[in-house]
This record gives sequence, C-alpha cells and structure tokens, in this order.
Amino acid sequence: MQKKISSIPFSGTPEQEAKLKEVIAKNIDDPGAVMPVLQEAQEIYGYLPIEVQTMVAEGLGVPLEEVYGVSTFYSQFALSPKGKYNISVCLGTACYVKGSGDILNKLSEMLGIEAEECTPDGKFSLTACRCIGACGLAPVLTVNDEVYGRLTVNDVPGILEKYQDA
Amino acid sequence: MYRSNVLVCGGTGCTSSNSLQIAEKLKEELKVKGLDKEVNVITTGCFGLCALGPIMVVYPEGSFYSMVNIDDIPEIVEEHLLKGRIVTRLLYQETVEEDTIKSLNKTNFYAKQKRVALRNCGVIDPEKIDDYIANDGYAALGKVLTEMTPDQVIQTILDSGLRGRGGAGFPTGLKWKFAAANDADQKYVCCNADEGDPGAFMDRSVLEGDPHSLIEAMAIAGYAIGASKGRVYVRAEYPIAVKRLQIAIDQAREYGLLGEDIFGTGFNFDMELRLGAGAFVCGEETALMTSIEGKRGEPRPRPPFPAVKGLYQKPTILNNVETYANIAQIILKGPEWFASMGTEKSKGTKVFALGGKINHTGLVEIPMGTTLREIVFEIGGGIPNGKKFKAAQTGGPSGGCIPEEHLDVPIDYDNLLAIGSMMGSGGLIVMDEDNCMVDVAKFFLEFTVDESCGKCTPCRIGTKRLLEMLEKITKGQGTMEMLDEMEELCEFIKANSLCGLGQTAPNPVLSTLRYFRNEYLAHIQDKKCPAGVCKELLEYKIEKDKCRGCGMCARKCPVGTIFVTDYTAPGMKKPAYMIDPAKCIKCGACMDTCKFKAIYKG
Repeated sequence: MQKKISSIPFSGTPEQEAKLKEVIAKNIDDPGAVMPVLQEAQEIYGYLPIEVQTMVAEGLGVPLEEVYGVSTFYSQFALSPKGKYNISVCLGTACYVKGSGDILNKLSEMLGIEAEECTPDGKFSLTACRCIGACGLAPVLTVNDEVYGRLTVNDVPGILEKYQDA
Repeated sequence: MYRSNVLVCGGTGCTSSNSLQIAEKLKEELKVKGLDKEVNVITTGCFGLCALGPIMVVYPEGSFYSMVNIDDIPEIVEEHLLKGRIVTRLLYQETVEEDTIKSLNKTNFYAKQKRVALRNCGVIDPEKIDDYIANDGYAALGKVLTEMTPDQVIQTILDSGLRGRGGAGFPTGLKWKFAAANDADQKYVCCNADEGDPGAFMDRSVLEGDPHSLIEAMAIAGYAIGASKGRVYVRAEYPIAVKRLQIAIDQAREYGLLGEDIFGTGFNFDMELRLGAGAFVCGEETALMTSIEGKRGEPRPRPPFPAVKGLYQKPTILNNVETYANIAQIILKGPEWFASMGTEKSKGTKVFALGGKINHTGLVEIPMGTTLREIVFEIGGGIPNGKKFKAAQTGGPSGGCIPEEHLDVPIDYDNLLAIGSMMGSGGLIVMDEDNCMVDVAKFFLEFTVDESCGKCTPCRIGTKRLLEMLEKITKGQGTMEMLDEMEELCEFIKANSLCGLGQTAPNPVLSTLRYFRNEYLAHIQDKKCPAGVCKELLEYKIEKDKCRGCGMCARKCPVGTIFVTDYTAPGMKKPAYMIDPAKCIKCGACMDTCKFKAIYKG
C-alpha cells in the first residue's frame, strides 16, 4: 500500500533523541537491528518521520535507503502521526463478512477523513487494520487500546461521542 | 491447597471484553469475604468458545459461566463460592439440564473435539512454568535428550505423519531430515508465529495459552537437526502473546530448560523473539527469514531451500506454532497414537478458527476427516438468525469458498485442494445468504494487492488487473468476456508467481467463479447483486402500500431525494413517499429510519 507521508513539521525533543540513541547503542551489534530499532523508535516518537529514519540510519551505520525501504514495507510503521485517538477498524475476514466495511465508511463520513488519515485538529485518526484476533466479538474496532465489539453502524456516533470533549 | 479453582479466560477474545478486570474484581471480592485462602483464581489461555466470552469456569463443579459481566461477580462469589449455590442464570445455557448441570465436554461445541495442540489452553496458567510441568511439560524434551538419538527423533516425527499446519502441509519430519543432513557450524530452528491470515487465531491461542509447548518443541527440533539457536517470529499485533512467550522463555532459562547443558546432557539451545511488523508475505518462509534479518520481507527463489541456506545463509527449519504444539505429545504418546487419528494422508488433528456468520465463534480442534457440515452445524451451532448457509471459506486469501454441495467432504489437505480451496492455517469463515460472493472475491483481492511485496510482476500487476475487473463487475460495468479473461489471468498468476502468496492469490476468484458463477452472471447480465451488498447495483425503494406518509425518511435523506406522491394506500391517512433513483446516493439512512419497514433494497 502506498504510504501517506506527513507534511507536518517534525518536532522531536532532546529527551526523545537521547532515548533513541540508547536504543541504537543497545542494538548496534545485532545484524538484523533495523526492524527492532524502528519499532522502538516508533514507540518513542509515535511515527517515523524522515528525520528519525535518518538518525536510525546514521546511528546503525546503514544506508538511509535501506531504513526507508524497511519503514515503507511494513504496515506497522507509520510515516505520518496518528491522532490523539486512533480509531482502528478491523477489516479481517470475520469482521468484514459481518459488516465492518460499513462501519469504516460511517466513521470516514462522520470524521470527514479517509482511512490512514488524521483530522486537521489532530484529534482522530482512522486506520483499517487486519485481524486483531477478537473474531468472537466481530465486527470490532479499537480506539487506542479500548476494544469495542459486536458493533453495528448505529453504534458509531455513540463511540465518537465518548471522545468528543476529552 | 484450595477447595475451589476459578479459571478465567485471559485470551485476546475475552480480555477484549474485560476478562482481566473481572479476574481482578473476583480476587477483590474473595478477599472481602475472606475466601482468598480457599478459592484460587487462575487466568488461563483461550477456552475456544469465544462467542460466549468473557468465560469463567469454577472447579470442582465444572460450572461454565458465560458472558460474565463485572457486576455479576459479587453474586457469583456470594452465592456460589460462599454458599455453594450455583448461579444457574449465568451458566452457559446448554450445560443446564433440569436438575443437574452437564459437563462441558458433553456440549455440542466440545463433544466432537479432540484437543492435542490446544490441550493446555484454558487449563493451565500460561505464566507459570510449574503448571506446564505438572501437565507432563518438558517430559518429552527430557526423554529425547536422555533416551533418543537425533535420528530416532526425526524418525518418530516421520512415522507420525505430521504435516505442517501453516498451510501447504509439507511433512514435518522430512523438513527436519533435510536440515539434519546438512553440516554447518551453525543451524537455526525458527517458528512462524506471524499469523497473517485474517480471521485465523489458533497460533495466537497456543502462544497465549500454552507458550511452553512451543519452547519445548523447538528445543526438541534443535536437538534433532543439530541447532543451538531458535528464533520465533511473532506478530507485533499480538501483545499478550508476545508478553507471555517472553515470560515463558525467561522461566525456562531460569529452570535450565533453555541455555547450556540442558538436563546435564551437554545439549545447548536458546531462543529469541523477533517481532513482525505487519506484512502478510512474511508468512512465506524465505520472506520470513529475510525479515528476521531486519530487511524488507521479500521472498527469494527456492532452491536453495532453507534446509540448505536459510537464516543468515545457514541450514534452517521453519515450522508453524500449531505444528510445534503437536511435537511433545507425539514424543510422549508415540507416533502410532498420532497416526491413529485422521485420514490416510492427513494425520492427527487440526485447529480451526470459526468465524463469520456462525453461532459459536471460536477455536475448535477436530480430528482430520471431520466434515465441514459437522463443524459448521454441530460444533459451530449453525447460522444465526435462521439465515441460509452459502459458503465456508478456508485458507484465507490463499483459499477458496466451499459451497453447500461439498459440506460432506471429510476435511484433509488433499480433499480441500481437490475442491479448489486449501487448508491454510485454519481460518474458517462462514458466509450466509446476505454475503455477495463477488464482493468476497474482491475483498480478498484487495488484501493480496495490498500485501503483494511487488518483487515479481505476475503477482504485483496480475492481482491488480484482477481486482480492477472485479471492481468493474461489482459496479455493473462487467462484460461476459471479462470472466474468460479473469480465468486466463488467474492461471497465469498461479503458474508464474515467485512465492506462495502470488501462486495462491487467484484462488478466491477461481473458486467463486466455479461455484457461484450465477452471482457473477447476475452482476454482469442483470446488473443486480442478489445478496444486496454491491452498492452501485442496489436500488432503495419504498413499498407504497406500507408507507404511512410520516416523512421521517424524507427528513433524514442527506440529498433530498425522497418526495411525497399523490397516492395514499388503503387504510393510511397520509400519502406515500417515493425515492428518486437517479439522485439516490444509496446511503441507507432512510431504511434505518423507517419504523414501519416500508423501505427495502433490491
């Protein structure tokens, strides 16, 4: 899938950079370090802007092209920041046959953004994810770590409502 | 010693509906009542009956509480655990008989199952190695290291007839034999725990419910092929599995069951986790190894096979979680025992993740050779809401849709291939009359187009062209020639793709064309979607004799396309409304609004 690259300027803090350097130092002898370091970098920054990728590349002594190649290959790596509340709708088969596609459409309509986008105020982002394995609760969506299951399209406004003023 | 044990399911399905908070509340309540020294609360792995989660079982009675709410806990503690009166209203209804409760093993869901790979799931506390050891854990590793030669181990696995549970069904013993035959300074044992097939979650359940069975089996494999290092490639999307597996590895190290000189035999074996990052193609063995090396997970041509040049160019074996989960039992109970289950060419049991339009969503483990009808209608409890069965989909994006006429085929690797599907990792999604098979084929193609790594042309471009044709058909722009073109393209992609992803990607299209051709024809010739799924082919209509003229739909309509007519139905006070099909955007808001069910789509 084509990844959306963020146009929001990068704003990393010195603390974040220090943490990243620690992670790099810990993994530098591992021949397969790029993926685990990127995973931890994403934990630190929330996403992987080109500035962070550059730091990883320089720190590990691998070409930026290789780091960029890895970060664009795997769906877990985000090149644009997520909203304060990231809504992730499961589009695994079990959820899809029970109507999760309609739920994604409803969210997209209500938030005015497409999947893999973030609202302009940075509050909500929307992702379509693969199976999270809670097929017994299908169709399922998650808002950050909160799981909502056995949904219908009519549940969508109520869920969004919960996060309006927070 | 405790007088009662309460098992609370801590699998992902149940924790998603707050089972961990329920366990906490339970401990709290027990403490309040002073029962915390008498009643033990154990968080286990998945019980399998996810549809009824959160699940809780109280022993020694074996009372099976389903869909437990946190507010029910005080009542269960007060009535059942303090006063000994089972709270019948919260029991799984099928276990309730007039004056007694039925054992869980006798319910339809469990009676036909045979649990080998899942034997400890929902039974032991996965975060306690002692629980595993008490259930014969690590006895097989001990037996192998002290009583058997590596060749004998391989022969045992060969004799059992165990075939890979990850999809293609390659004989596991043979894989081990090839890797054992290659001399090298370093060999690797890898585990594919990157369960990418959407709708399959059996590997996750083993990792969450019985992680030590994987560690033990990988150590046995290490001894058999002469490897001292293991790698588990696990999905980052499975945080509970990752956590419990790491705990298990640490505990095994602490007990000397991983590391150097295991059981004082001079055998060394240790293992590490590698987290995947969401790429379906990494389920392919060469792609998975490339990914463990930290690179883009692209497959490479075989030969050389991993048994010759695998991870870091060293001889490597790669098996899937469920395959490993069978190993210790085969060693302990003997290959004959394992081979006595199943069909001629597919031995043992298989775990299926039942999902979709089925009453008992969850995990089931059945002997090979069980029919789909038994799984769907007996174990699975049939289709909800009295709908009609249309198809069962196995093998995920690599598999096919099986129609009703093949429901009585005994399930094994070869039979599924013969009817145009495949075993795959064991996802089994049931579809009813409301699912459109052209839309399902499109759904899987969207998945493969997204997940194609792009390395080889037939897969990268071929699947895209297939998807474009399917999109046209679902929009009513299909032609009859397209069906032939699609079939031809499918065969081409199958024959020419580099890896399993591309070689199997056309299966959903081919199988739906084979069994549900009439649905394609309806989309192409009549411009209709019989299941009412494909939006462009739908028309919303108001049944004029049911319409009471309340006008709710007209007010809800976002594009103002509903207007009042001059027809008033007999017995109604106001004139009926009508939808202008030319302006309708088919959002369905009117249908949701109508209280009198006067609006339908067709």
